[in-house]
Amino acid sequence: MSTDWKPGADVATLRRRARLLQQTRLFFAERDVLEVETPCLLRSTATDVHLESFSLPDGSHFLQTSPEFAMKRLLAAGSGAIFQLCKCFRSGELSRRHNPEFTMLEWYRPGFSLDALMREVAELVQRLLGISSFSYRSYADVFEEYVGLDPHQASAEELERHARGELDVQASGLNRSDWLDLWMSHRVEPGLSGAVFVYDFPWEQASLSRIERRPGGSRVARRFELFLDGMEIANGYDELCDAGELEQRAQNDCDERQRRGLPPVAPDSKLLDAHRHGLPACCGVALGFDRVLMLATGCEDIDQVLAFSRNRL
Amino acid sequence: MASYSTSEFRSGLKVMLDGDPCTIVENEIVKPGKGQAFNRVKLRNLKTGRTWERTFKSGESVEGADVMDQDMEYLYNDGDFWYFMDPVTYEQHQADKAAVADAAQWLKEQNLCVVTLYNGSPLSVTPPNFVELEIVETDPGVRGDTASGGSKPARLATGATVKVPLFLEQGEVIKVDTRSGDYVGRVKAG
Repeated sequence: MSTDWKPGADVATLRRRARLLQQTRLFFAERDVLEVETPCLLRSTATDVHLESFSLPDGSHFLQTSPEFAMKRLLAAGSGAIFQLCKCFRSGELSRRHNPEFTMLEWYRPGFSLDALMREVAELVQRLLGISSFSYRSYADVFEEYVGLDPHQASAEELERHARGELDVQASGLNRSDWLDLWMSHRVEPGLSGAVFVYDFPWEQASLSRIERRPGGSRVARRFELFLDGMEIANGYDELCDAGELEQRAQNDCDERQRRGLPPVAPDSKLLDAHRHGLPACCGVALGFDRVLMLATGCEDIDQVLAFSRNRL
Repeated sequence: MASYSTSEFRSGLKVMLDGDPCTIVENEIVKPGKGQAFNRVKLRNLKTGRTWERTFKSGESVEGADVMDQDMEYLYNDGDFWYFMDPVTYEQHQADKAAVADAAQWLKEQNLCVVTLYNGSPLSVTPPNFVELEIVETDPGVRGDTASGGSKPARLATGATVKVPLFLEQGEVIKVDTRSGDYVGRVKAG
């Protein structure tokens, strides 16, 4: 008899997951953040160039890559602070740290600054993992330390030349942002030890965060990522509220998708309408819950913390 | 030959890179949440044996290499080439010095080896993990010394030199691990 039917996570890990879920719900209940549920199956999906959605064969619906759009519609409708624990789906993402179906914790805080949200993320991580020491470093700071270039000023050509000098890279059609990602994943992330918040990203990586102009002229995206021993755990934004700007960015994504020969994605018109009605000034963050469980249990492969990962279906 | 996308990369896959056949040793995907994904791939060049790491943008593809491993019986060498035979088809292949390389010192006639064929020609030869070979030259044995732990060099019939315990004599047959070149034990005569 084959043993393929067996789960990847042992019973102790399943129990740990259940406890982390309870602790998370308690954490938000204490702070009066409302738990919500929004649909997994949507009529439109993220336009991001690097996200590939699962879609129904007739193209009428998509599985969500994150609950962001639906939660923002709730915020625009006056929900106040909300959180959600839900399944998200990203096609093609499969590695020791990725499973195409995974559990996301996402929450939004109207009236919070990005700094305040980072502190709240730190409090949650302390509650769940017992980590009490966090450092806070700008993207420029860590990039200069591990790569030796200014990530806000260096050109795509400079980043590429430097990369080809140090690494053997087979890649065509990479833009400035992609070269930054290469450096982050190959040099910066492996170098980050302990708990590190990295904030103020290059403006091209703003996604749906606000862009701010800094003295000296560089533009930064007001977002952060939390790394625990080099593993990306959370991704937080000072949320873009301007409807016109949102529409423009979605259009830019669509143009870039076309340029790269990716399937077209129509921007979510109901999200745009919600923004036109008015999204309250807020900060939001998404946290990979399975990765927290990996750190809690010391498992090196996401397969060991899921009942059934893709390879066990 | 087929081409393979990064999503089909797995260890053991043989691909052509920079004109040489290579095997994928390890494949790791790195991807920032909303950023570009890359495959960090550890590769071994099957011609030179060199191992190195190359990063591919996820979605890139590479050409497959016509490389296969086949069990073959070693026949003889004529000074220039080593001859192997497929025990099923009786087809013979000649391998040059570059292909046989260090394996030459372990090749004993009629032993079954793994011959890696590239475009139908031997690219490399892997001897059996364990071979039994006769000592053709070593210092006289120290009778009864089976415990002192000392060792001496011994030259074997195939040309290899290994370290053996002091009590062994010329003419004895020993078992050797070809991966490490270590003496494993004495093979009792008869």
